[in-house]
Amino acid sequence: METLEFQFAAQPCKPVVGAALSGVVGSGNLEILIRPCDEADACLVSVKTSAAGFGRIWEAVVTEFASRHPVGGTRIAINDMGATPAVVTLRLGQALCEYTGGVS
Amino acid sequence: MNASPANDLTRRLRYFEATARSRVAAVLDAGSFHEFLPPEESEPSPHLAMLGIPGAFDDGVIIGAATLGGRPVLVIAQEGLFMGGAVGEIHGAKIVGLLRRAAREKPAAVIFMVDSGGVRLHEANAGLIAISEVMRAVLETRAAGVPVFALVGGSCGAFGGMGIVARLCSAVVMSEEGRLALSGPEVIETVVGVEEFDSKDRALVWRVTGGKHRYLTGDCDELVEDDAAAFRRCVIELLAGWQEPAPSSAELRAEQERLTSRLRRLAGLRDGLDVWRAIGADDPHQIPLMDRDSLVALKKGLPT
Repeated sequence: METLEFQFAAQPCKPVVGAALSGVVGSGNLEILIRPCDEADACLVSVKTSAAGFGRIWEAVVTEFASRHPVGGTRIAINDMGATPAVVTLRLGQALCEYTGGVS
Repeated sequence: MNASPANDLTRRLRYFEATARSRVAAVLDAGSFHEFLPPEESEPSPHLAMLGIPGAFDDGVIIGAATLGGRPVLVIAQEGLFMGGAVGEIHGAKIVGLLRRAAREKPAAVIFMVDSGGVRLHEANAGLIAISEVMRAVLETRAAGVPVFALVGGSCGAFGGMGIVARLCSAVVMSEEGRLALSGPEVIETVVGVEEFDSKDRALVWRVTGGKHRYLTGDCDELVEDDAAAFRRCVIELLAGWQEPAPSSAELRAEQERLTSRLRRLAGLRDGLDVWRAIGADDPHQIPLMDRDSLVALKKGLPT
């Protein structure tokens, strides 16, 4: 298992719930939990993945996501069981959609 | 029955493929579920972390309170997609805590959506102890007068210790797709050999462990379609007329007698087809092709 940490500056988002979860830690899948963090314009991402050695791809996927959406003020925790980048992007979108009530 | 078949199919939530969270949302009254220890308040299993395996925040089981047909229930839903729904230390502790709460608060029932291969072997003794505590807690909850209904229709079925747990419940509701047994097909094949049981033969696996077989032999009480709404309707109906019986050793002895005589009658049979013929089905080869309603009708006609 590899643990990865990323931090981005981002526009603050407006949550409608205290936390949001998407996905399941199943084969080729992952779960994403979004919670608030103390800094309104920071996004902290922490990844635990069963597939070691894909740090640069994770960084690219998460950076791209953080650049497209206002995700400031969030702590995103990911438990991954070998999801592809497309699945990761989809689950990030689903979790953020639930966290912000569909506005992202 | 007045909706067109196409509409039925698009509206239907296939229980077999659904996640635990979507089952909870579809089986219970809409919007009534309140989760205890939600993902943001819990931590993944430390045992899995030590082995370098990513855990799940809810450790593969969701517990909480809800209403079903307007009546208060407590709910357990195992997530079969995470480690085969296997029971680890936290997973088991959540189930036990929920059952003990039920014995104390006395809701109308506990709805237990079982989807599990049994003990989480990574957690070894902690998982084994957890399952034995779940068994005890199911019996204590029932002894307190609260029925526990097991719903078995997920991709992992109910195997190993969770097969026993399901049978300790007040009633078992299954779909054809569900499976219920002690040792799983792969375990039997690994231990005794492929001549004993071919776990790749899916039709055989279902003829020996599947919902239809369990319904015909009386190991499950109700058979429903692979549809979350069908599970919901069935449990609401069960709940309406249910009176949890007081524990009785005379009843247990009678049940033991019944099972012993069944074992004597069916010993040596190697396939569901043989069992169904032995219990009076004239054309057992038709049974795998039957829909749910025809099978229920067939069972009503069998000699008791």
